[in-house]
Amino acid sequence: MTTAAATVEAPRTHTGTLVQVGHLARRSIIRTARQPAVVVTSMIFPLFLLAINSSGLAAATNLPGFPTDSYLTFALGLTFMQGALFATMGAGQSIAEDIERGFFNRLQLTPLHGPALIAGQLAGTLVLGVTQGVVFLTVGLAFGAGFAAGALGILVMFALAMVISVAFGSLGMAVGLRTGNAEKVQGVFPLMFVFLFLSSGALPRNLLERDWFHAIATVNPVSYIIEAYRSLLITGWDGEALALGFGVGLAILAIGIWAATAALRTRMERT
Amino acid sequence: MTPKAHDNGIEVEALVREFKKGPRAVDGINLEVKPGEIYGFLGPNGAGKSTTVHMLTTLLPPTAGTARVAGYDVVREGPDVRDSIGVALQEAALDPFLTAREHMRLQAGMHGLTKADSQRRGDELIERVGLAEAAGRKVGGYSGGMKRRLDLALALVHEPRVLFLDEPTTGLDVQSRTALWDEVTRLSRQNGVTVFLTTQYLEEADALAQRVGIIDTGRIVAEGTPDSLKAEIGRPTVEAIPSNEGDLERMERVFELFGEKAPAALGAVGVRLREGAEELAPVVRALDAENIPVHNLEIHAPTLDDVFLAKTGKRLEGADAGEEEAAEPRTTGEMEAVGA
Repeated sequence: MTTAAATVEAPRTHTGTLVQVGHLARRSIIRTARQPAVVVTSMIFPLFLLAINSSGLAAATNLPGFPTDSYLTFALGLTFMQGALFATMGAGQSIAEDIERGFFNRLQLTPLHGPALIAGQLAGTLVLGVTQGVVFLTVGLAFGAGFAAGALGILVMFALAMVISVAFGSLGMAVGLRTGNAEKVQGVFPLMFVFLFLSSGALPRNLLERDWFHAIATVNPVSYIIEAYRSLLITGWDGEALALGFGVGLAILAIGIWAATAALRTRMERT
Repeated sequence: MTPKAHDNGIEVEALVREFKKGPRAVDGINLEVKPGEIYGFLGPNGAGKSTTVHMLTTLLPPTAGTARVAGYDVVREGPDVRDSIGVALQEAALDPFLTAREHMRLQAGMHGLTKADSQRRGDELIERVGLAEAAGRKVGGYSGGMKRRLDLALALVHEPRVLFLDEPTTGLDVQSRTALWDEVTRLSRQNGVTVFLTTQYLEEADALAQRVGIIDTGRIVAEGTPDSLKAEIGRPTVEAIPSNEGDLERMERVFELFGEKAPAALGAVGVRLREGAEELAPVVRALDAENIPVHNLEIHAPTLDDVFLAKTGKRLEGADAGEEEAAEPRTTGEMEAVGA
């Protein structure tokens, strides 16, 4: 270390929540961008399943009442949903690692506002969600998937992807803040896939047998998110499907933010 | 509440922290650190050092007692305390995916510095801690010493009046440790920053601290300047290993003539010299007269380790490791293979 001349005290202002969100969002985005393994994995796995499903389950399009003759188009909605679930794990692990490393304490020792931490951390998740959307849609369209809602529909799809990413990301954050342990967040991750498998992801609900699976798929909010994506891909403009998709997404976001805020309040013991 | 002028000190009264289903981690400690002073808080792992730091830095509410840091109450005026302090906790809390410069920008921004000031202050501190060349690299690739130095720089970004360093040199090589000591000393002397330093390295407390508090099982068992604490123990000890194990008892009997028994390593005998270091030659002569060949004989000036031993009945963990790496030997004299 070298000795420097005496320093002049830098003027300071009280930072507002929005300014803090900006600083933390920047950090979250840089952090996400510098973990190519996380970014790529969150895209490779859903695309791999898309490839398997669209070739293995192509015969399902012959079922009477199947909404499209392209299973690829049908399955693309599920791919978006899978990407959002990876966002859950990413956001949860990120905050849990901050707690484990002590970085969370570093932030606590600044004039940090709790909401700024949650919003800032979710910025990386949002960027990941949008990046996934671009890749999923590009790959889908390149391999012949249809998109019925046109250019404006693409914008709506990205808006939905953003809502869903931060909604599930906030759930992940709540788990990360509650456990403070990245491994435990990973342990919770497979549970999220239960929601995915017990949804209308593989077949439309009207083609599911009217048994327990149909009942669960009907009450499973994930079904409505997938169906909203699917409406843009297959139907065009379906106000009800979109309203349900956005509505469910925003409801999950509200629950996630509430849970993350409560967990943050418990975690931040500072006086 | 507005802090008093020059109120850079720390005042702690009957501070307690209890954890659920556990003993009191901190059990009613009292201490006072004067403005601009470097206070060494010494104790083994689990003694309550970090819990104390967490309470004084507002990260953990106390169960009972009061503490004022930089003139503010740590419970009622947490934000003011945080605004006045810089903290480097036990593990360098860094994001491995960010560069040093990005860390500085984030930390400065969170503390309300403008973009221009953040950059100026960040560059100045990065330069001061010797990380200018590595400032654009992700800190995941930094050595332990580099991380510690960055941690210190981050703690200083908002010009704190009180600096908390929780075991800042644990795991560092001698060079990094010395560099950090120099910077801490400079901050105290030139900038008048009050430093609360926890450590389990005795020579660190000895080299840096103007006053030392020794904590064991949540209680402060001794407090004073390093010299005054050593003076309490007073007399040097001689520790010797006989060449033949069978001579241990005979050596012990010879040593009894010169003072009371002192703790010694396995296979060695120790004595606290009644009349001081002048008795070393008579001890050697007595061993020679008894025809006890000596494999190794050392005279120890009283150290903080001796103080710790005297106050707690045990040696401090990490003391040996620290001393092996210390630049200065702790013994005032050392002889080998004396005697017949």
